[in-house]
Amino acid sequence: MSTTWMIWPGHPGPSLLIWAALGVMALYLARIPAHRAIRAGARVLTHAMRLSARSLMHAQGRLAERNRDVLLTLGEQTVENEIGRELQRVRTVVARDLAAYPELHRILSDQITRIDEDYRRATDTPPSPPSWLRSLELMKGLVAQGGGDSVVVDVLKAMEHSLEKNHREAMEAYRAQSAKRHGILTKMMPFWRKVTGTLEHVNRTVRGLEDRSAHIDEQMARYTEMRGRSQKASRMLGASQLTQFFIAGLVLVIAALGGFINFQLIALPMSEMVGGASHLGSFKTSDVAALVIIMVEIAMGLFLMESLRVTHMFPVIGVMDDRMRKRMMIVTLTILSILACVEASLAYMRDLLATDHEALTQALAGVQASQPEFRWIPSVGQMVMGFILPFALTFVAIPLESFVHASRTVLGVLAEGLLKALAFCCRLAGNVALQAGSVLVTVYDLTIFVPLRVERWIAASAESRALSGPKPSAPRP
Amino acid sequence: MTTRRMLSALALVVGVTAFGCSDATPPTQGVYMLLDTSGTYTEELGKASKIINYLLSELTAGDSLAVARIDSGSFSEKDIMARVTFDNRPTTANEQKRGFMRQMNTFSSQVHPSRHTDITGGLIQAVDWLRETGAGTKTVLIFSDLEEDLAKGHVRDFPINVKGVRVIALNVTKLRSDNIDPREYQKRLDHWQARVEEGGGTWQVVNDLDRLTRALQI
Repeated sequence: MSTTWMIWPGHPGPSLLIWAALGVMALYLARIPAHRAIRAGARVLTHAMRLSARSLMHAQGRLAERNRDVLLTLGEQTVENEIGRELQRVRTVVARDLAAYPELHRILSDQITRIDEDYRRATDTPPSPPSWLRSLELMKGLVAQGGGDSVVVDVLKAMEHSLEKNHREAMEAYRAQSAKRHGILTKMMPFWRKVTGTLEHVNRTVRGLEDRSAHIDEQMARYTEMRGRSQKASRMLGASQLTQFFIAGLVLVIAALGGFINFQLIALPMSEMVGGASHLGSFKTSDVAALVIIMVEIAMGLFLMESLRVTHMFPVIGVMDDRMRKRMMIVTLTILSILACVEASLAYMRDLLATDHEALTQALAGVQASQPEFRWIPSVGQMVMGFILPFALTFVAIPLESFVHASRTVLGVLAEGLLKALAFCCRLAGNVALQAGSVLVTVYDLTIFVPLRVERWIAASAESRALSGPKPSAPRP
Repeated sequence: MTTRRMLSALALVVGVTAFGCSDATPPTQGVYMLLDTSGTYTEELGKASKIINYLLSELTAGDSLAVARIDSGSFSEKDIMARVTFDNRPTTANEQKRGFMRQMNTFSSQVHPSRHTDITGGLIQAVDWLRETGAGTKTVLIFSDLEEDLAKGHVRDFPINVKGVRVIALNVTKLRSDNIDPREYQKRLDHWQARVEEGGGTWQVVNDLDRLTRALQI
């Protein structure tokens, strides 16, 4: 150990004391500039931290503004699409039902005219007034008064018979007319029903249009609110995006599990195709090949959903003309079907391999290989799963799109929160630095408390001496 | 734009994961088993069969396995009873395993005790064969009591090169003389350990075959 620092060689204690005393003296002498330096340092640090906090808050504000813009733009696009879809539906309804309204009107008029005509034809013609009945009664009275005049009685009887006969004939004619009218009225029924049906259809259409109009009004109100950049609209959209993020995330996790099952189905038999010993980096080539097949299936699913216009992740596909889009749809669907068939066969191969391996293991263990019953059930199950899973994975595109869109908002909100937290930390650090300056000044004074005490004593004694000094001499006369 | 960026990032991650994490050592296994056929040790061959069957069940496509006997002069290809490098396709590999098992059954039923025990020759032969296979992990299993008894004129007292080879002595039984003086047994083990470690290899003794799985780490 070096001893050069020792003022008194061989006596480290006293040497240390002397050094300490010298140090304290030096600190005492440098007290005022040291205090200034500490306070200035603390102030600089505080200002720097406050400045950083301010700039972070500024950045957070800009980010919040940008997030709000993104959110509102996204919302506007969604509402625009919804309104567009609703208007399209209204247009379809109008084109389908109401465009044919003149035709419908003509049909209705025709039907009503026909009903009117039928009605007229069915008008009840009352029978001739029964005045002859009165004549008949009078005649019967005359017969009774006539007493025994047989000629008069015969004439009157003949007239009575004739009148009754006429009466019967008139009644029969009337009944025939009534039956005919009833027949006409019966034939009118289908026309009435047709008219009722037509009017009900029109009613339904008009009511549907009313509902759609109400929905469009609601959407328009939302749209106006968004265009007005209101807080309420952005809050609602933010909550909706967060919900979308979690729901889509959950569905993606489920899809990932499905993908994992799919991978397990085809990874082992893949080694039969690409070899079980070859490696790509630290991964087995068969595993990578299985993963690639699943990825290709997902990619095909994405393209299929794009060409069906269910998702809108690739603008290039979205702007393709319909014929090209249909071709693309057929191609992706064909590739997907082929891959599904390949997977089904690989799943079957996996079952064969597992059986073979089991038999070998049993032979190596010296156990008689068993042939379990209903072995075909898991084989068929695996094949069906191998065929269905690629198509099921196709639908990953929908939650993926939602997740990507929602993650923009969620990541923005997270970044905002992070900036806020950083700003808070900076402000806190600034205040701590300011207080630390005061603490350091106090600690500094604490280390030199001995000379400070001495200084105070000297100052106090000088003051007391000044107070108890010689009294001023009396003024000369 | 963001979607495109995310898809690019995903592709990059997959690429880096697949190609970036390359490992220089080929992950194939090479196992060479030496069976002592001298004297009464042939009675222990039943245990050896179980070990071979275990190895067959654990080794996979691309791995290599050979079984050779230790007799009076073991530095010879003729002493290799069966050898195989398993095919890349699992079905073919399974067929090879069945064939190997049949070969070993035939050997077990026809084995004759040898007069002398040339362990060193067998070990040199094992190392040569393992190097030829180019396996990533080379293991020599010596199923013997480790008592070397060379025929007259055979020279084996020279350093052996077993660099990068793991040598595991299995079922090292105690001889009658070991019971009289147990230091003889320890001396024998120490002698082989020194020879292997001086030759650049690693040495391990497994007498409890239940712990073989952990020792082999296949």
